[in-house]
Amino acid sequence: MCAARRSTVRAVLAVSALFLCLAITVALACGAGSFPAPPGEVLRALAQAAGIPWGEPVDPALAVVVVDIRLARVLLAGLAGASLAVAGAAFQGVLRNPLADSFTLGVSGGAAFGASLAILSGIAGEAALAGEARVLPACALAGALAALALVLGLARAGGGPLSSLRRETVVLAGIVVSTFLSALISLLKSLDEESVASIVFWIMGSFQGRGFEHAQLAWPYMLVGAALVFWRARQLDLLALGEIQARMLGLDAGRARLWLLLGASLLSGAAVAVSGVIGFVGLVVPHLVRLMLGAGHARLLPASALLGALLLIWADVVARSILPGGAEMPVGVVTALMGGPFFCLILARRGLSRGRDA
Amino acid sequence: MIRARGLTCGYGGRPVLHGVDLRLAPGEFAALLGPNGSGKTTLLSALAGIVRPMDGAVELGDRDISGLSARERARLVSCVPQSASAPAGFTVRELVLMGRFAHTGLLGGYGPQDEEAALAALVDAGCAELAQRQAAELSGGEWQRVLLARALCQGRNALLLDEATSALDLARRVEAFDLLSRVNAGGGTILVAVHDLNLAALYCPRLIFLKGGRVVLDGPARDVFTEANLKDIYATDIRVAPHPVTGAPQAHLVPGAGPAAHTAG
Repeated sequence: MCAARRSTVRAVLAVSALFLCLAITVALACGAGSFPAPPGEVLRALAQAAGIPWGEPVDPALAVVVVDIRLARVLLAGLAGASLAVAGAAFQGVLRNPLADSFTLGVSGGAAFGASLAILSGIAGEAALAGEARVLPACALAGALAALALVLGLARAGGGPLSSLRRETVVLAGIVVSTFLSALISLLKSLDEESVASIVFWIMGSFQGRGFEHAQLAWPYMLVGAALVFWRARQLDLLALGEIQARMLGLDAGRARLWLLLGASLLSGAAVAVSGVIGFVGLVVPHLVRLMLGAGHARLLPASALLGALLLIWADVVARSILPGGAEMPVGVVTALMGGPFFCLILARRGLSRGRDA
Repeated sequence: MIRARGLTCGYGGRPVLHGVDLRLAPGEFAALLGPNGSGKTTLLSALAGIVRPMDGAVELGDRDISGLSARERARLVSCVPQSASAPAGFTVRELVLMGRFAHTGLLGGYGPQDEEAALAALVDAGCAELAQRQAAELSGGEWQRVLLARALCQGRNALLLDEATSALDLARRVEAFDLLSRVNAGGGTILVAVHDLNLAALYCPRLIFLKGGRVVLDGPARDVFTEANLKDIYATDIRVAPHPVTGAPQAHLVPGAGPAAHTAG
């Protein structure tokens, strides 16, 4: 099947192109900011930090800014972006709902609540926001799973399998749970005036002041979550056919969904634990990739991961360089400004009144 | 062999089938007939392991279906579902390839032999030219042929088809049943639910009639396909005459003799 090979070549090309863009993006993003560095200097600083002797030694101050501050941040933004995008693709696939992602399902809100609870109750310890609290991602995961269970429980109050829920019902339940949880977080904040400022900024979604330790904290969770989802890429394809056909073709649909939801929650929980709530990355990215490569998950997932990383790194660059005087805005604001209109576009195109049809 | 033993099943605690006993020997080609709501889809779903029995059992080969994993079950029996909608973003080739899911390893993707099986199935189902088309853009008839191809790709030992030819035009319908006959001649066991009585009588050596969730008639067309039987099952006036070419019994409707007229008269 020569045409089949052609489409595989196309997918490989697209993924390679995304990889290349990502490499260029990392170099550019490490140079951007209030202390700009030319790309040549950035590359030398990165190479020398990696132990490769290349050119003259760079200015130590520049090396600190480029490697310890910006590279760490870029790395974390990339990891979070990839995680959120893969989680979004998995949520959309499992629920057969184009509006699903960590944010709209209330999973991010749940993770934020779990993490806030850990920070403010003192379980996470004094150093929580410095990225030294090992329990933080675990608490975020617990919060994410609890919120997901609550949302899906609410949405399927009328019974029926998860794959046949009306997409509006699920998103509505997500909004209800999100709103409730953000009220609870506000309550937590007002109980503890001291850490309010930092908590507020953290929940808004930001990479400000994040370092390698945050990435270190989150990556094991992300790795396990990604493994759970990627391993089941072909099962996601089958789930797209609906419950009955998936089972006819030999998929234990219930078990597959459970593991996929767990994997997606791990990814979302880990991302939220280190970067706060960043909306719409998980919603927008899989849709863009589907337009390029189709809905087959063996391509959709890796391409979403790369594009998600790209998008969030650039969103973070915008967040830290667009305001005058070195001030920063939360990256969540940037993604929401991009994602809100996109969400409306999907709604308008798919038609809100059209429910599940299989 | 596919077997139902005292099978009672339904949805939400309400039984649709009441103690159905049925045995399909290997290599049988049978049609499942009956009026709307008689339980055809439910019986096929139960035989495919999609609907769990409330009472009784389903056996595939010599094993109880409840003891089989989803993969094992899907390797033994392939299905063409009724009125399934095509998902967006998949090509026909990708969809037919999904028929191989139960044959892949836990880790592995689809290999060259899976691609070959998909291609062969597409050719047999007469839709090789659709391979690169987007599934969501197909016509109803094209989509049904793709579903048939996917079932062939899944396996040819046992096929359960639910109204798999309802959207096909006459030529395509004959083509599809000719294909089923060939699969049957190759040793495949086939059970096909159809509304088209004449098509069933023309092609299937065995006719099974359901009514009210029970098997009411079961046998070769010449024995069971009679005016009296059909009138009784469908509650309307039906005349039976031999097919001009094959001599198989064929049903003919009589205008103005719907169920209402029947009960009134």
